[in-house]
Amino acid sequence: QQTITGKVTDDEDGGELPGVNILEKGTANGTVTDISGNFTLKVSENATLILSYVGYATQEVSVNGRTNLEIKMSTDVTELTEVVVVGYGTQKKEDATGAVAAVSSKDFNKGVMASPQDLIKGRISGVQITNAGGAPGSQSTIRIRGGSSLTASNDPLIVVDGVPLSNEDISGVRNPLSLINPNDIASVSVLKDASATAIYGARASNGVLIITTKRGREGRGMNINYSGNVSLYTIPKTIDVYSGDEYRALVQSRVESGRTPASALDLLGDANTDWQDEIFDTAIGTEHNVSVTGAAKNLPYRASVGYTNQDGILKTTNFERTTVSVGVDPSLLDDHLKVNLNLKGALTKNRFAEEGAIGSAITFDPSQSPYDPTSQYGGYFYWRSPEDGSRIALAPSNPLALIEQRNDQADVNRYILNGQVEYKFHFLPELSAHVNVALDKSDTDGGVTIPETASFDVNQTLGDGRRSSYTGETKNELLEYYMKYKKELPSISSNIEVLGGYSWQHFYRESSNFAKAYLDETVKDSLRIDKSENFLISFYGRLNYTFKDKYLFTATVRRDGSSRFAKDNQFGTFISGALAWKIKEESFLKDVDVLSDLKLRIGYGETGQENVGPSYPAIPTVTISNGLARYQFGNTFYNTIRYNGYDANLKWEETVTYNAGIDFGFLDGRISGSLDYYFRKTNDLLNEIPIPIGTNFTNEILTNVGNLENQGFELGLNAVVINKEPFRWDFGFNLTRNVNKITKLISVDDPNYIGDFTGGIGGAKGNNIQIHREGQPASSFFVYEQVYDNQGKPIEGAYVDQNEDGVINDKDRIIRENPAPKVYMGFSSNFSYKKFTLGFNARMNLGNYVYNNIASQYATYTNIYSTQGFLNNVSPEVTRSGFNQPRYFSSFYIENASFFRMDNVTLGYDVGRVVSDKIRMNLNFTVQNVFVITDYEGLDPEISNGIDNNIYPRPRTFLLGVNINFQK
Amino acid sequence: CTDDLNVSPIDPDVQTPGNVLTDLEGYKQLLAKLYGGLALTGQIGPASPDSQGDIVGIDEGFSSYLRGYFLHQEMTTDEAVIGWNDQTIKDFHDLDYGASDLFVRGMYSRIFYQITLANQFLRETADVGNLPEADQQQIVAFRAEARFLRALSYWHAMDMFYEVPFVTEENKIGAFLPEQATSEEVFKYIESELLAINDDLADPRQNEYARADKAAAWALLAKLYLNANLYIGEGRYTECITYCNKIINAGYSLDPDYSHMFLADNENSPEFIFQIAFDGANTQSYGGTTFIIRGAVGGSMSAANFGIEGGWSGMRTTSGLVNKFDDITGNTDSRAMFYTNGQSLEINKISEFTDGYAITKFKNVTSTGAQGSNAQFTDTDFPVFRLADIYLTYAEAVLRGGTGGSAATALQYMNDLRERAYGDASGNISQGELNLDYIIDERARELYWECHRRTDLVRFGLLTTDNYLWPWKGGIKSGKSVDGKYNYFPLPSSDVAANPNLKQPFNY
Repeated sequence: QQTITGKVTDDEDGGELPGVNILEKGTANGTVTDISGNFTLKVSENATLILSYVGYATQEVSVNGRTNLEIKMSTDVTELTEVVVVGYGTQKKEDATGAVAAVSSKDFNKGVMASPQDLIKGRISGVQITNAGGAPGSQSTIRIRGGSSLTASNDPLIVVDGVPLSNEDISGVRNPLSLINPNDIASVSVLKDASATAIYGARASNGVLIITTKRGREGRGMNINYSGNVSLYTIPKTIDVYSGDEYRALVQSRVESGRTPASALDLLGDANTDWQDEIFDTAIGTEHNVSVTGAAKNLPYRASVGYTNQDGILKTTNFERTTVSVGVDPSLLDDHLKVNLNLKGALTKNRFAEEGAIGSAITFDPSQSPYDPTSQYGGYFYWRSPEDGSRIALAPSNPLALIEQRNDQADVNRYILNGQVEYKFHFLPELSAHVNVALDKSDTDGGVTIPETASFDVNQTLGDGRRSSYTGETKNELLEYYMKYKKELPSISSNIEVLGGYSWQHFYRESSNFAKAYLDETVKDSLRIDKSENFLISFYGRLNYTFKDKYLFTATVRRDGSSRFAKDNQFGTFISGALAWKIKEESFLKDVDVLSDLKLRIGYGETGQENVGPSYPAIPTVTISNGLARYQFGNTFYNTIRYNGYDANLKWEETVTYNAGIDFGFLDGRISGSLDYYFRKTNDLLNEIPIPIGTNFTNEILTNVGNLENQGFELGLNAVVINKEPFRWDFGFNLTRNVNKITKLISVDDPNYIGDFTGGIGGAKGNNIQIHREGQPASSFFVYEQVYDNQGKPIEGAYVDQNEDGVINDKDRIIRENPAPKVYMGFSSNFSYKKFTLGFNARMNLGNYVYNNIASQYATYTNIYSTQGFLNNVSPEVTRSGFNQPRYFSSFYIENASFFRMDNVTLGYDVGRVVSDKIRMNLNFTVQNVFVITDYEGLDPEISNGIDNNIYPRPRTFLLGVNINFQK
Repeated sequence: CTDDLNVSPIDPDVQTPGNVLTDLEGYKQLLAKLYGGLALTGQIGPASPDSQGDIVGIDEGFSSYLRGYFLHQEMTTDEAVIGWNDQTIKDFHDLDYGASDLFVRGMYSRIFYQITLANQFLRETADVGNLPEADQQQIVAFRAEARFLRALSYWHAMDMFYEVPFVTEENKIGAFLPEQATSEEVFKYIESELLAINDDLADPRQNEYARADKAAAWALLAKLYLNANLYIGEGRYTECITYCNKIINAGYSLDPDYSHMFLADNENSPEFIFQIAFDGANTQSYGGTTFIIRGAVGGSMSAANFGIEGGWSGMRTTSGLVNKFDDITGNTDSRAMFYTNGQSLEINKISEFTDGYAITKFKNVTSTGAQGSNAQFTDTDFPVFRLADIYLTYAEAVLRGGTGGSAATALQYMNDLRERAYGDASGNISQGELNLDYIIDERARELYWECHRRTDLVRFGLLTTDNYLWPWKGGIKSGKSVDGKYNYFPLPSSDVAANPNLKQPFNY
């Protein structure tokens, strides 16, 4: 027997854990930690201690003769990832009947996370997250099991602490969700199938993302945490173009061979300018977060302040954000009344750079110097007419001037306030009443300034410049109440939970635009104010029934009313039902030790898509024209009144989903996962189709005509590969296969209907490279099939005559692949050894295709010289095609862009106590966007719409971070 | 409470119709949209955000009425080629357009958009009993003008598409399938409408600037009758002469300076019968005369001379037009307005701006040489009907056997045009020289780039046949004949698919 002492702390934030139960294994000998997490216990020398604490994984520790132990407890993986937040409540994952998944803060992706989406990128099967580019705070596209719409939004519903957000854009910020500090987030749940999402009815067709923020915990002392980092952003790759010398040689040789007029030589300069080098630069960012968590008596609280300042690699780009978050959770009346109050606020300052400069830098003549002392345009080189020296309007603009002479900034403030009250009736504690009130408001104040010396200010009379300003306001108000009744009925081995509620939500948006000249008050764009609003009113209910803790049944119903539709179509009803069977609990499996979990789920659900775009698409409206679109009668200019097209019969899209899944676990949960098959069909698909001409005030109208299907399967696996002190290795893998097909597109049965063009490309105005066609995946590429010679080189202008009518015309265009990956995968790994951890996250897409618009636009020889008197660089890729003319519709430019991307690698080191034993420190070093393996010829294979055109390059980021924790 | 779901717009610029059509001013703004439909493309300046132009599925600038009309009437002929690569734009000069052509659909959509708006205007003004008596009188004139504009668009529809869907104010908005009308039916409808509104329209030259009057309707009747053989298989030359005479006697006169009719201050030309009004500050679009002027400037041409901030290097002409002038310098016939410096007469590559002479007829500078109000968007109005066209129409109708006019008067009118062009009688012709061959060529010299050419060549049987070839007709440099169906444009496949009542009149 010996006396040991010890201290128990939280392994994540270092917080001291009071009240931890400590038991000597195989005995009744035990104790509990004090308020500072300390304990003293007499045990035998080879004792093993069992530590248990609510919310934490039970842990066994061998004493091994030590007398002073430092024990870190980790939040229970099986608890946190296994308790998922679902609509209007939480659920143990083992009791879930639908396809739901969650990632908690411990497992979030590491590195610079400008927005919450980034935290779970690549982590959940069936969820594809693609950021729009490498700009700080850039938008991310989330697709859950493929898109269920063509013209309406395909974004999931996002619910933050019980408040469903509007997924509309906020002006002046690239990504509305970047206004929530990722450091404040505790977990992200994803509801994937309709049996889980249908409780959100008309907004749930594209899945639901539920974000829960960190909160204080009752009984815990005050804990102050600082985390900060400094990051370096480098440009991983630029587009290969000719240098000045190479370019001069190229032009010379083309003139000599008579393919370019000799006058081109007069235009050449003698510089060697790398334009991409001029506009891109290594950038630096910093981030600081301080949070205070604890409980004042019985009042748990958490408050945090965060500050991020991040430059972009395109010069002048900057993102600065200050966030504040406060949450208090008082409990009153013997815990019968629970209140949660939240305030989240963010102040951001964005500076945008003219991203047109990226394309311009690829194509601008490298023989010219960026500056020209004789230039009247701020000293920047510009193309002059050989005739009169005036600026050539159609010539490309100096990329550096585009960046440096344009000041485009916006301040956006957003705050979300909400309060939730839960009251358990004293006379009937099974019954609780819930009220949720919220306000989500944003204000934007932005503007663009272009001096009168900017040569690229083509939209206005020369020499005027421009000061434009815009404002924006969005408001989302929520009022919701629901009752919950929860009862165990042991006599019939049943558990029952019933929920019923009502919600009212109001969305309001307002914006204004105004522009005047740079130097004086001349009005350039008269003030225009836009306002609109819409309402959603809903009734909903859910029943959960469990029999013998083995058979689970869930049914939901939601009746949603939307103001977007005309009176007769305002309401829709969405139902779902799901069954789950915990097979492992059956007697025949109970004793199969290798199998720790086995559950079968099947579900059916209906969901809708209410966000059809405009706010008043179903009632007759008129629009009054602005000051630039007036018509003159006599001496007066009249603002005109226009009737707008409308469809009085418009209603929401409806998606039905079938889902079958199996959850499994082996070896006491060391290997766990789930496999799901789903089939989703969208009916009454909204499509903008040609109307019979003469029947409405437009030529195309948004109406419910089509059908679309998605089906696929997804697999998620987690394994603890090694768990042998001091080693531990966790590995996660997920894989998704989704097949998307449009089954109906127009109202009449017309076999000759070729489809709806989509996917505008750069280079020639109004050209589309993609098509929505019946029987094909959405946004399939639509091209001429390139003919190749026997060396495998494309023959310019030679295409396969598909219909063999002797001419190559529109009828010979064919479908060739589409941008969606056939399969996508995510990998995550975390390895720890003593105080070191090493983790990575990676993703792989297979069978995604990209239209290389950079090559089709810039890699042609005729692009070199314009008779108007200017030159353009070409990409050496031109030697691959050898094309003289632009051949926009050649299948040559449809490239397989399968890739493997190492998103991040993180090395962490736990320094332990520093200065005093109340302060602990962690260090971490992260590299993001480490490498990409691909055969794609362009800059980056990851393009969400499949058209590679002017993407802001994703930087490679090196980040050094520190986390300091102070426990009072 | 679910009453919140019954919303109405809260935007100051978006309203329910009942909120804005409360007084004469509101109806006048509605009428302005009808006229503006010929010049503008949407409600927010030259380009609306979020595809809020009037016509969707096409670039907003492409959807301009006049830009589309120019493309269809000029680009298909000897008078113009265009160097751009915008989608199928080159198919026009090649005379090889198909039913899925986006520009054809744009024109067709715009024409029927006008017709639909006019129909709504007539429905909306059917009962204006709540207005003061004097205002009601004005509404009578508004309604007549709406019917004129509808007739104008139906004429364009029939002239370009032959047999077209037919909708009037009797039809309601919403899901129904319009019937297809024969060209005879459309012809009769246009004729009856124009005759019916005569009394309600203002007398010639008495209406407000840019609004139609009786003479505008007469000019449309004259054009309808001149081409009647194409639409109903019989000549109506006598009626044609009747309406030409009415116009000629209504007080119009030739503009003393030919070139002034195509400049930024042309709004007061005594020769204009009906015009589309543009204004650089208030009436902006990427179509209209902005397109005609900026699209025609390139090569070594100085944009400043045209009152614009840069040309778009698009349109030139072929030797077919150039060779109709004995002297192309403009020194003898001042209508020869070509830019030849650095340009070659022959066109080897249509995409090369310097291949083919450029046209300098339309400019955004005033008759005193000052730049228009805005270098981006032009002030220059576009003449839809002007007196010279009526003179030529009169002469042609006389030559084709119409009664009510005389050959001597026709000669006088022709020589009036010549004397203006030459500055004296040196270019005058004799009675013996006045024949149909002279008319078609003189129409080119007088009216080129004014959107008459395709109709004229069809009427003379020259558009698709080998009786007249010009460079790159049919897609080859020397020119060749093409199938007769190209005299008309196909009904867009999108509408044939959406409306089972429609049959493609020709073999497209």
